This record gives sequence, structure tokens and C-alpha cells, in this order.
Amino acid sequence: MSKYLLNKFLFTVDRDPDLVERYRSAPHETVAWWESTIANEILNCHGGEASTWLTFDDVEREALAGHDYVKLFELGAHPFLTLTLFIAMFERDYEEPLAFQKEYAARLSHFSLPYPDIAT
Amino acid sequence: MATLAAVIASTHHPFYYKASTAPPEERPPFADEWVAKITAFRETLTRARADVLVMVGSDHFHQLWLDNMPQFLVGKAPFYDANWYNEEREFGLPRMLLRGHEELSSHILRGGLDEGFDLAFSNELRIDHSITCPIITLRPEADLPIVPIYTNIFAPPLPRPARFVELGHAIRRLIDTWPSDLRVAVIGTGHLSLELGGPRQFGPHGPDPEFDRKAVEWIASGDIERALAEVTLDSLWTPGNATHGFMDFMLMMGVAGEGAKADYADSLDLFHTMEAYFTWYPNGVPA
Repeated sequence: MSKYLLNKFLFTVDRDPDLVERYRSAPHETVAWWESTIANEILNCHGGEASTWLTFDDVEREALAGHDYVKLFELGAHPFLTLTLFIAMFERDYEEPLAFQKEYAARLSHFSLPYPDIAT
Repeated sequence: MATLAAVIASTHHPFYYKASTAPPEERPPFADEWVAKITAFRETLTRARADVLVMVGSDHFHQLWLDNMPQFLVGKAPFYDANWYNEEREFGLPRMLLRGHEELSSHILRGGLDEGFDLAFSNELRIDHSITCPIITLRPEADLPIVPIYTNIFAPPLPRPARFVELGHAIRRLIDTWPSDLRVAVIGTGHLSLELGGPRQFGPHGPDPEFDRKAVEWIASGDIERALAEVTLDSLWTPGNATHGFMDFMLMMGVAGEGAKADYADSLDLFHTMEAYFTWYPNGVPA
């Protein structure tokens, strides 16, 4: 299990406007493409140098492809990264201010302290 | 020697910019009270007549990332671009450009290293809303040079609360011994109880009003001893999953000093989180 790689997906998609839209509209395709092209990039390194060992397990891949932020919370993905990206993708579908954020909280309401560990 | 003209600790609420600049028909109902409080708070910096600002904040996974995560980092650059695409997208924050003060950056880096803090540094740092929010609230002209200091309150493992206080003490000593005629203000922002991306987020108040009440009292009275007795890395999960940002307030209490009562203290109970504003004048209240 790689909380780091989940976070890396959320981080790299969130900072790219085109990827935000692509992930919103075609999540399975985007996750598969990202895992085969970006997952092993060392972000602050020269192009051409890369890691060789980073992959999602099936549960992680499915959580991302299913836009399943409840599962991502359970898996220990960084909650700030998840929240920020999911606001960017889905807040627009709600009429009332903060309605998406409140629904997000409600869907996590079965979690109590201590929350899943987010240390990487 | 330099003069420590003011020590300022504040929450950094990224919604303030939009709430305060929206056309009247789009302003939220709490905007007027918020603007009034910020305007009064801003005056506490204006009165200090600072020449340079040391800005303590925390990168929210913008430039600093898990493949190379510093615990404490000092910017040393002639300029700092500021705010990021996702802050523009979510909060409507403007792109900014701030001047740096490399001489003071060098002094803090050298002195901090010599005091036993293995500070990371950056010669090209794009800063985020943890530093630009207080620029927007306290010095919207954005005309003073800055020294940004980033802390890790975000990506565990984190330094312990006592280490934040100790770094605050060190920053105080380093400014007090900086051979310069300039007037320095140290401005740091953090959080009271806060939950982001969890079940207690975006409630009608902060997730733990009792923690907020105690925290405001510790800060306003300079009660570092009590804060350190009650706050640990583990305990900070309880008031809300983003409450480790309170350690930046503890750093600022370290700058102000043990037992230093704030000369100005105010707060505002907003939905989602409590705002809190504090100013100390270590060398006397300016005329």
C-alpha cells in the first residue's frame, strides 16, 4: 500500500487545470494513463531520470478511479489534497455555497478518532 | 542593532480576500464585521512602522512535496512570486510579487544553523496563502521586503511543539542581534481548531470551540508553559485534523516570549473556524 503514491496522484492532478477536467470526466482512463506515465516521475528531477517501483494496488486504483473520497480517507490519503481536488471537480455541481463540502463531511461521519493514519 | 517593532500572530483565512472584495450583492453576511476587525488589526502593524517583515507560514503542498520535505525552511531570494493556480481557483486569490530581504535571510540562516536548527533554504520560492493572506490583511500595499520562513505542520512526521517555541525564541534572539538600523516585524499565521477533508469540516463553528477558547487565552497571556503542558503532536488531532497549524501560533508565542501579554487581541467566530488576531510590541507600544 502506498499512501505516498495516492498523494502524488492527487498532488499532480490538482495542480494541472487540464488534468483536473480529465480526471473529472474520465477517471478510469486518467488513473490508468497517470500510473503508466507519471507515477514514477521524480517531480523535482531532470526529465529522463525516474523511479522504477511505484504502482497502485487494486484497492487504491479503484478508489481513485471511482472518485471514492471516503475510501481515500480510509486509506490514509492526505485529507487536504483529497478535499482540494474534489472541491475543484465537484463543487460546481451544487447550487448552495459549501453544499458539496458539507455532503463530503456527512459521508465521512462514520469515522471517529483516531482517524486513519496519514503519515507517509 | 535592529528593532523588533512588532510580533503579530494571526489565523490565515483564504476566504477573506473574496469576502472583502466581492460586490455588495455577493458579500456574505459576516463580511462587514470581518472587514472592520481586519482594518483594526492592520492598524497594529501600520503603527509599528516596520521596514522589513519576517513571515512565518506553512506551504500547503505547493512547492514543498513529500519527495523532499523540509521541517523548517528559510527563503533567501531577491523576489518571491506568490499564490498558486489552485488558490486562484478555489479562493480567488490574486497573483502577487513580493520583494525579498536577502541580508536578513542570510543572517537568520547563518544564526539559526549556529544555534542548532538545521534550516533548509530556498533561493527560488513561490509562496502561498499562509504568507499572502497576512500580506492581504495587514499590508495590502505589499510594499515591504520579506523573509519567508516555512514550517512543516502538514506532512507527518512533524517537529514537536516545543521545537516550534524554541525556533521562535531563536528568531527573536537573531533579530535582536541583527546589526541593522531597520525595524523588523515578525508575522506568523496558523490555525486554531480546524478540520479539512474530515467529518467535522465546515461546521457552523470551528470543530472544537473549547480548544479555541483555551488557545486564545494561552496566546493572549503568553502562557507558553501551559500551552506546552497541554499540547502534544498526538493531542492536536483531537480538536480537528488540521489543528497542527496551531504550532505556528506557538512559534510566534516563542518570538514574543514567555509571559508576554499581547498588546492587542481579538477574535471572530466564523463558520468552519475561529479567526484570531494578536499583536505584541516588545519594545513598547508605538506612539
